[in-house]
Amino acid sequence: MRITRYAAAFAALGVVLAGCSSEAGDTVEDAADAPVEVEENVDFEAGTTMAELAEAGTMTVGTKFDQPGFGLRTPAGTPEGFDVEVAKIIAAELGIAPEDITWTETVSANREAFIEEGRVDMVVATYTINDDRKQRIDFAGPYYEAGQDIMVAEGNPLGIQGPEDLAGKNVCSVEGSTPAEEIRTNYPEAQLTLFDVYSKCADALANGQVDAVTTDNVILTGLVAGSPDQFDLVGNPFTEEPYGIGIPKGDDEFRAFINDTLEQAYESGAWAEAWDSTAGAISGTEAPEPPAVDRY
Amino acid sequence: MQFFIDNFPLLRDAFLTTLSMSLLAGLLALVLGTVLAAFRVSPITPLRGLSTFYVETFRNTPLTVVFFFIIFGLPQIDFAVGFFTGSVLAVGLYTAAFVCEAVRSGINAVNPGQAEASRAIGLTFGQSLREVVLPQAFRTVVPPLGNVWIAMVKNTSIAAGFAVSELTASLQRLSNANAGELLLVLLAVVIGYMLITLTSAYGISRMERRVAILR
Amino acid sequence: MTTPVLFDLPGPKARKRIRIGTVIGALIVLAIIAFVLVRLAGNDQLDPQRWAVLFDPNSGVPQALGEALVRTLQVALVGMVFATVLGLFLAVGRLSDHRAVRIAATTLIEFFRAIPLLVVIFSLYFVLPSFGIRLSAYAALTGGLILYNMAVLAEIFRAGILSVAAGQREAAFGLGLRKSQVMTLVLLPQAVRRMLPVLIAQLVVLLKDSSLGFIIGYFELLRQARSLVEFFVPRFGNQYTFQLYVAAGLIYIIVNVLLSQLAKLAERRTSSDRRMTGTKGVGLPDETVPLDAATPGPDRTP
Repeated sequence: MRITRYAAAFAALGVVLAGCSSEAGDTVEDAADAPVEVEENVDFEAGTTMAELAEAGTMTVGTKFDQPGFGLRTPAGTPEGFDVEVAKIIAAELGIAPEDITWTETVSANREAFIEEGRVDMVVATYTINDDRKQRIDFAGPYYEAGQDIMVAEGNPLGIQGPEDLAGKNVCSVEGSTPAEEIRTNYPEAQLTLFDVYSKCADALANGQVDAVTTDNVILTGLVAGSPDQFDLVGNPFTEEPYGIGIPKGDDEFRAFINDTLEQAYESGAWAEAWDSTAGAISGTEAPEPPAVDRY
Repeated sequence: MQFFIDNFPLLRDAFLTTLSMSLLAGLLALVLGTVLAAFRVSPITPLRGLSTFYVETFRNTPLTVVFFFIIFGLPQIDFAVGFFTGSVLAVGLYTAAFVCEAVRSGINAVNPGQAEASRAIGLTFGQSLREVVLPQAFRTVVPPLGNVWIAMVKNTSIAAGFAVSELTASLQRLSNANAGELLLVLLAVVIGYMLITLTSAYGISRMERRVAILR
Repeated sequence: MTTPVLFDLPGPKARKRIRIGTVIGALIVLAIIAFVLVRLAGNDQLDPQRWAVLFDPNSGVPQALGEALVRTLQVALVGMVFATVLGLFLAVGRLSDHRAVRIAATTLIEFFRAIPLLVVIFSLYFVLPSFGIRLSAYAALTGGLILYNMAVLAEIFRAGILSVAAGQREAAFGLGLRKSQVMTLVLLPQAVRRMLPVLIAQLVVLLKDSSLGFIIGYFELLRQARSLVEFFVPRFGNQYTFQLYVAAGLIYIIVNVLLSQLAKLAERRTSSDRRMTGTKGVGLPDETVPLDAATPGPDRTP
């Protein structure tokens, strides 16, 4: 049996390789996991979303699974990152332990739909607050203020300093994201290449298939941190991207509750701690001043 | 209706992208697949082995994986390709394996007496393949090749995940921007595909009747 | 295997030429392999440490890939079972004597054969909710595979039923059996047995198509590999990217080659089965579309 022989050879190779350890295997355990204190005695007015969730003891949170520092799926299957920590803080206020949260991947193109359809209780997914989206859903927060920036190949061979320099260049972003929309409407001369996730953009830039990648600076920081010898950040943010927490339209009580929780986390230092253990650890930056929540 | 008028240029371009991608990949697959089939029946063992290896590999690999290797893997051996070119390559190389299988079954279906007769009159392997066997084989493989073609047109949809703005990509893009008109978007895209697949199916059945050989 | 009808048994001169051709051919193949290896090594892709991650349980990679493989197989198997059952019904429906049934079955089959599977999956996940039907990513992917493959399998079954020699049908009617009895007692048992290798081959197609789950974020094998890449990139750069994709590709190939071998085995068993003498051969499906039912494909073994 030829196949058995191949299989045996393959397995043998595996054993040999397993003998030498991989860098990834040696360092992977130090994944960030800040402990969150779960509220024990929660009491909400009957009929509110908070009461329902606290009663159920679980909630479904939509987040990104591919965004280093904010929401990134670990090999074990659970996501980690700043968005994830913020969601855990809110869940804890509802008396829900981190392990009782069901994480669902929401990509840029389906976040509104998921909230409208009730597939998720809230979305914490590098989700920029804007008026278009407010037509369909409501936002608590912002809990972070990002800005759109540009990532280029190491050494910036094309000398791209800002969005104006993108004219005629091949620039990569993600379908359904605000940065893609920004380029489409305000810099139509740039040639837009659209993928479904940012990691493909990074691969394409590393391969020289696109000239630049544009999206929020925090996302780019995560990508640059992974390959500092391949990518550079231009470092000239040209928009303001306040990140909010998406919830169903009209649920004002839930929105007020999340805003309260966020302000509380600002004061207690839980917010800064969450930053330091996730996005801060990757980009090597201090926790910034938290933005004021917008109770519209 | 307004929706269709507003988005007509986008949909038209997407349709043309799908169509041109299909035609280019189809051509590549047809040529490469035929060569592979010739390899597969040739007297030279490494060529037979190469062809068998090629067909087995591509037939057992998901097209999405092929896409990944062409678009993000080739640069690892210092060949970076554009997204459209890469997609045409991926679909074409993948489909070539199926073309090879179809053509080979066609070659096998040609009456052995034909090949024997052509040898008897002194034709070489290449000549008997070119002049006698392949022309007959292509007639019998019109229906299976037609099916491979239709499957391939549908397979170009995977390029949507690799930054080619073809029909499925426009479905993704428009469905996000026009949540209220989701059904219309879907309808437009489905019509786009049917325009290619159904007309092809019709054309193939016509051609099949014209070239059919009675045995 | 092709008997060499296409070329004469080579004489001494031709044998020499073939030997030379063999050597040159082998050299070309080796040169291509060497070229790829050299380029890979030049880009440091062959560093054992970079491959070790695939087998190092501490990295979580083998477990993650294993779980993803299970999810992939699960989708393919569940999809296969339902697609087979529904496909059988559709095939019988398309051969029905009632026009309405025939038209309904034909429309359904042709519709799902005409549009890409990717579009079907996407629609189940993103369009159905506007009608109040919400599917999980798992259900949408499996559902898409079922709808698409039931149409494909229906055509394969129809070809199988039609391939049962006409005399069988006529004899059954002659014995006084009713329509439904002819179908269930005479035609289907023969057709289905003949279909076994085709069914296994179709399972390969399903397995491959499960990778289309990427469009709705289902964590099958390929999506899992990409997710691992995304996880490692911020920590270690692109060190493991190539390796993880190669691993995913190899797993698909190994599983599918094993399945294909099984299909070939089943084909050999069924074609030597004397109870099958009433059927003409039906080829394995090319790609996802069966050989046109009206012209049952050319025999594999002439």
